[in-house]
Amino acid sequence: MARMGLTVQQRRSLRWALLFISPWIVGFLAFTVYPVVTSFIFSFTNFNAIRFNPDFIGFRNYVQLFTRDRLFIKSLTNTLSYAGMLIVGATILDIFAAFLLNFKVRGLSLYRTALFLPVMTPAVASSLTWVWILNPKRGLINGLLARIGVEGPYWVASPRTALLSIAMVAIWGSGRAILIYLAGLKDVPQHLYEAAEIDGAGAAAKMWHITLPLLTPQMLFNLVTLLIHSLQAFTEVFIMTNGGPNNSTLLYGLHLYNRAFKDMQMGMASAMAWILFIIIFVLTVVLFRLSKNLVVYDR
Amino acid sequence: MSTGAISVRGRRMRSSAHYRLEHIGGRLAIHVTLLILSIIFTLPFFWMLSSSLKTDAEIFQVPPTIIPRTIQFSNFPAAVTTINFFGYLLNTIRYSVFATIGAVISNLVVSYGFSRIKWPGRDKVFFFVVSTMMLPGAVTMIPLYVLFSRLNWVGSLKPLIIPAYFGNAYYIFLIRQFMMTLPVELDDAARIDGCNEGTIFTRIVLPLSKPAITTVALFELLWTWNNFLGPLIYLRDTTTFTLSVGIQLFFTQHGAEWGLLMAASAMFTVPMVILFFFAQRTFIEGITLTGIKG
Repeated sequence: MARMGLTVQQRRSLRWALLFISPWIVGFLAFTVYPVVTSFIFSFTNFNAIRFNPDFIGFRNYVQLFTRDRLFIKSLTNTLSYAGMLIVGATILDIFAAFLLNFKVRGLSLYRTALFLPVMTPAVASSLTWVWILNPKRGLINGLLARIGVEGPYWVASPRTALLSIAMVAIWGSGRAILIYLAGLKDVPQHLYEAAEIDGAGAAAKMWHITLPLLTPQMLFNLVTLLIHSLQAFTEVFIMTNGGPNNSTLLYGLHLYNRAFKDMQMGMASAMAWILFIIIFVLTVVLFRLSKNLVVYDR
Repeated sequence: MSTGAISVRGRRMRSSAHYRLEHIGGRLAIHVTLLILSIIFTLPFFWMLSSSLKTDAEIFQVPPTIIPRTIQFSNFPAAVTTINFFGYLLNTIRYSVFATIGAVISNLVVSYGFSRIKWPGRDKVFFFVVSTMMLPGAVTMIPLYVLFSRLNWVGSLKPLIIPAYFGNAYYIFLIRQFMMTLPVELDDAARIDGCNEGTIFTRIVLPLSKPAITTVALFELLWTWNNFLGPLIYLRDTTTFTLSVGIQLFFTQHGAEWGLLMAASAMFTVPMVILFFFAQRTFIEGITLTGIKG
């Protein structure tokens, strides 16, 4: 009898379930599957949005990106440095901030609001404000530095410091991660700390042996999220520097956008998108593999 | 014997006073650090406000002042007339409101299917849905543009609003987690009484889902209000622009008019700040919930 497949009841549930899920199924097919397949095909053509009969050119786009497109390599290295700076800086700052917020201090919600405010600010508004703040002559930061007799750097106006400045602005906006770390910290059972104290552990030892290991699930989540976002970063560089000066802030996302919507080379831009996909996929798999050894789930 | 007792008591008293001092010192250090961090994090926002209230002369003054010496409000009406501020605002509101309605409705419906109905393969499909979150937007961006341009939707807000009515993996995850916490007995009782899934959804689960609705609505409102790349790609005529691209356009055309720019940016930001103040709890819970994924 069990081999009859689904029972009548199960079949009815399935029908209802499919009905409820249907909006997602339609959207998935139309807005995910179809574009993914199409962009894959585009990447092997010279589609340029004007000619409606693109020709197949095989791997030429991919080869040209790596061999002829100087800006492509630059955007790749820029993006990797940017991602590195952002991930390291943001993780350290966010864990530190969450650690501080975890002490039940008075005014906790005020501090929390302050640290989260950048997340609520529209990227356009905050990017423009930062451009003004980082203005080498008239901006706030160099003005404050001047008051203590330090000559401030050129921030986004110099090829040497521009990428760092953009990463700094991105770290400023990492408030979401702070909340996630805070939630993770609250889950650490008190008795572990007490047991460690009895054994004579100091603050640093407690942090290293108890807090950080138990925070590794949140670290994994935030690292993956940061990775995916930083490799595709677009809005800040588009508004603040448009890739300059001297292409020092030309990030992968910006270069892709330029190729697709300014140069209309959508075939090549699709190839760029797939290369990015592969990079993200590989890095994510690496992170997950590493996490098997490092991340602690059940105590 | 007595000497020993006194010395023991003395030692204990000293150590508790020491602990208290250390305790206070530690607390102070934490407060100071948090204060410094908070100032750094909110400084740009206050700088935006302060610049918008400055006279042109004071904006460009070297060294810059943090609190304006003379406060003038004229940047605000000037910003509103120089750029099509109210037009942009209306477009932004239209985009945010319609997208949010779509997001709430579609994701509630879909999440119900993934949480309250038992069907074979449900959890595996759900896992697949969640994994689609990792697909980089860059991969779908170009073909979607081509698709929408063939549908003649480019130049309007349709490419941004309509997809919201078809579910979103992140919100599905959020709502499903929430719905799993609702007691199953209610559903089962209704099913025994002969109700079909549709009635259970509308009569029982939906009314209980207010927190989930609020969370999704707030997140979608915030995201659409702040969205830049979407409007940048799909909007052509400046009369259709949202605030994000409108203000950015103004920047590219009138780069040095910082007073007006900061005033416009401030007006663009303040609604979101107000929203946050009224809905802090929901935002914070919504984010921390996603971190407990494991």
